[in-house]
Amino acid sequence: MAVAKEKLYRLHLMVCAGTGCVSNHAFEIKEALEKEIKRQGLENEVKVVTTGCNGFCERGPLMVVQPGNIFYQTLTVKDVPYLVEEHLLKGRPVKKLMYQPPEEKTPVPVLSEINFFKKQVLVALRNRGLIDPEKIEDYIARDGYKALAKALTQMTSEEIIKEITTSGLRGRGGAGFPTGLKWQLVRNSPSPNGDKYLVCNGDEGDPGAFMDRSILEADPHSVIEGMLIGAKAIGATQGFIYVRNEYPLAVKRILIALDQARQFGLLGHDILGTGFDFDIRVVRGAGAFVCGEETALLASIEGRLGEPRPRPPYPAEKGLWGKPTCINNVETWANVPVIIDRGGKWFASIGTATSKGTKVFSLVGKINNTGLVEVPMGITLREIIYDIGGGIPGGKKFKAVQTGGPSGGCIPAEKIDLPIDYESLTEAGSMMGSGGMVVMDEDTCMVDVARYFLSFTQDESCGKCTPCREGTKAMLDILTRITEGKGTEEDLTLLEELAHTVKEASLCGLGKTAPNPVLTTLRYFRHEYITHIKDKKCPAHVCRQLNVYSIDPQLCLEKGHGCDVCRRNCASEAIIGAKGEAHKIDQTKCIKCGVCYDVCNFGAVRVD
Amino acid sequence: MPKLTLEELEKIREEARKSIFIREQGQFKAKIIVHMGTCGIAAGARNIMNAFLREVEKRGITDVLLTTSGCAGLCSREPMATVELAGQAPVKYVDLTEKKAQEIFEKHVLGGQIVTAYALGIGSEKTDL
Repeated sequence: MAVAKEKLYRLHLMVCAGTGCVSNHAFEIKEALEKEIKRQGLENEVKVVTTGCNGFCERGPLMVVQPGNIFYQTLTVKDVPYLVEEHLLKGRPVKKLMYQPPEEKTPVPVLSEINFFKKQVLVALRNRGLIDPEKIEDYIARDGYKALAKALTQMTSEEIIKEITTSGLRGRGGAGFPTGLKWQLVRNSPSPNGDKYLVCNGDEGDPGAFMDRSILEADPHSVIEGMLIGAKAIGATQGFIYVRNEYPLAVKRILIALDQARQFGLLGHDILGTGFDFDIRVVRGAGAFVCGEETALLASIEGRLGEPRPRPPYPAEKGLWGKPTCINNVETWANVPVIIDRGGKWFASIGTATSKGTKVFSLVGKINNTGLVEVPMGITLREIIYDIGGGIPGGKKFKAVQTGGPSGGCIPAEKIDLPIDYESLTEAGSMMGSGGMVVMDEDTCMVDVARYFLSFTQDESCGKCTPCREGTKAMLDILTRITEGKGTEEDLTLLEELAHTVKEASLCGLGKTAPNPVLTTLRYFRHEYITHIKDKKCPAHVCRQLNVYSIDPQLCLEKGHGCDVCRRNCASEAIIGAKGEAHKIDQTKCIKCGVCYDVCNFGAVRVD
Repeated sequence: MPKLTLEELEKIREEARKSIFIREQGQFKAKIIVHMGTCGIAAGARNIMNAFLREVEKRGITDVLLTTSGCAGLCSREPMATVELAGQAPVKYVDLTEKKAQEIFEKHVLGGQIVTAYALGIGSEKTDL
């Protein structure tokens, strides 16, 4: 195979082309850059490279200039001519396009000096921002497929499994099952005709979670290489990547990567001349949350209805078409090549006693620095939320964080120094899950949060088993009643009883974890439920049916001069008063939509 | 399609590294700064920069960083470049031509010997008093 020689450029402009930045016009910025670079005659000196997600999605579209690691943010097409002339032509980095932390007076030019990036440790995201995900050569240059070469030529299957076991790697999809043990189980499971399968679970369905999507978009070859190594370890000949069809960019890039790997002979027959055969097929999921559950996912790959089945038998014994099947999620696979390359001991040196390595979290909600972060296990919530996340916007108070997606739990502010690992999160009533982290501030109503997450899981319940189908519905009805001020104290007892029953009796992980938000909010924020039930009030003013809107006549007249905006915007004609007069709300007509509160520019509308 | 062998994979890696090494925050043996203010550009700094770039490319070197900066303050002696070997004081070169740049690359950047004939001086101005 001929080795292509790449032209050398003086500067590489690493333009983030993750889904977040792309929806903020990253591709238009790339085009504008290329056009302007050509106009300035720099096309032989400067190269524009599109990369996967950089992580700091809050400040997108992003671009990093290398060498120098100069970080530009919130770019627009309009900024491009000035940027190209100043930085690329004249060598003067443009301060006004750099990141300026809210509390600082001067911008921080260099990426590695920005707090958001400083505390992160990149293992699964090792290539983020450094490679073009659509170029296999970029991946290879960053030690890609080196671990595969080692695994195929220098290691036996047992040695590979031993290395993974030593590393202490646990499943990054939620339950945290030890990966080495799972591989051993699949390897030991007999298969009558020798067929064994391997699956990558990319059915990331948690609202606000985008770890797996980012890995598939930014570094698809790391997943392919991980699967190849896993295949050799367990003796599989065919792999599947199950990915949501709602992730078009991830699907596109993984398909490109698979094609390139095949062209290079890194997939298919006789890989690297070692006689090892393996190939991977992409299966697109139709976006049913339950298909993230392994037995439902396998049913979906087989072309059947995506519904779970009782375990045992576990997929390790009877998986796809009844054959032993190893199923791990995207992030788990992406960790495998590094472990083989650098050794299990190295990986195990990061993290806590029971949780090794790093974990990728998507940090969303009421947080300054929304984005994707990879941190060592054992880091505290405080470090993630304040040091990396930059705290809560508007100087508001931190109230709770929901970890583990809709089936995780809410961890209250008192537990902010909790070190993050599988055990500590479970003990706090939540779970690692796939790594979603939704931050909530003082304006969040915890009853409403529980209702919201339960409405999601209830909607996504496949309906196969009664506890989940009926139980989540009954729980949701109670929660809705409470948020409407129709709850009773007996409701809380019933809610708790139902939650425990659904958790105990449901068939699969969806039902077993769906009550978590309810149970944790009852555990840590019971007083908020009581206020909703007894006082018929929502302390955060989120549950609108419990709100009473009124207009302060003095403020309305003195500050607003009876501006009449509220009356004109009121859909139920509940506001009385002519222009120039103090306005008043007719409580019998008010439907508590809150529009008057939102439109009043003078703070005259009060909510109690 | 011929199959990729282990050796070929390593060859691809070696070749690909040569084009992407500048993205990594690694240790560089030397840093070349071409001064590209308006004065420098007018005096032909772009050709000097390209001359250095060609040297790096030709030799497949991955531990020399080529970068630019603005006017160095001595506009009459442009084009100028500063060469900084790791752990050593920077050296400023003045009145450069492509040929001089080649020589500086060979003797100073690779060989560690300052080309005194073209050098203005060693060190930089003070920036904090």
